[in-house]
Amino acid sequence: MSQLNRPVSPHLSVYRWPITMTLSILHRITGVGLAVGFLALAAWMLAAAAGAEEYKAFATTMSSLPGRLLLAAWSFAFFFHLANGVRHFFWDAGYGFEKHQANASAWVVIVLTVVMTLAYWLTF
Amino acid sequence: MSLRSPLGRVLGSGSAKDGTGHWWAQRVSAAGLLLLGAWFLWSLTELTDFAHAEVVAWIAQPWNSVMLLMLCCTLAWHSTLGVQVVIEDYVHGPMLKVIALLVNRFVHVFVTFVAVFAVMRISLGESP
Repeated sequence: MSQLNRPVSPHLSVYRWPITMTLSILHRITGVGLAVGFLALAAWMLAAAAGAEEYKAFATTMSSLPGRLLLAAWSFAFFFHLANGVRHFFWDAGYGFEKHQANASAWVVIVLTVVMTLAYWLTF
Repeated sequence: MSLRSPLGRVLGSGSAKDGTGHWWAQRVSAAGLLLLGAWFLWSLTELTDFAHAEVVAWIAQPWNSVMLLMLCCTLAWHSTLGVQVVIEDYVHGPMLKVIALLVNRFVHVFVTFVAVFAVMRISLGESP
């Protein structure tokens, strides 16, 4: 059918990439990443329940460099998803839909995420 | 090709019935996770070396056990709903989509039970 060749919405390629689109897709990516983090949380507690030997194996894996990077990424994903989730709550309540407001709140989320992530790691 | 009009095809099929159910559940669980997630990360900072004995003692504290159980159940619920939307958006082909949605549900239920079992074993069972 000729319909198949028509451009379909949303025409992402015709827009200059705005900051709001970055946050939109990041919300998804961090969400999926945190879903994987849930597996790690369950594995961590199961390892603890299994015994000292099993726990040591898990702890050794997570304290390696890739493991530490993963933990850092999960903490960043957590704070981003949290901050942007609150932004979504404001939208749900009907506030902040204007373009300049959405752009401003995007930057607020980015700054808050970086600050919260750094502050969190400094508490350890 | 059917000659029936688009309206004729859907008449009598009814609505999906649950309308805003998924959307609302996503928000309710998000509000819960705001509190439980903040508790979890803040609570982790109490741990010093993350050695086995310390982690087991931490999980075994009644308040921590209850909070962890609530965290895992709420997280699983929120995560199921979120991953479901991602699958619905990006996985095409009716068969593959249904399989992916089923796997999503099953894996989330499985991981939830693993987490709940682990917490219960530590808090109620013989100390490992």
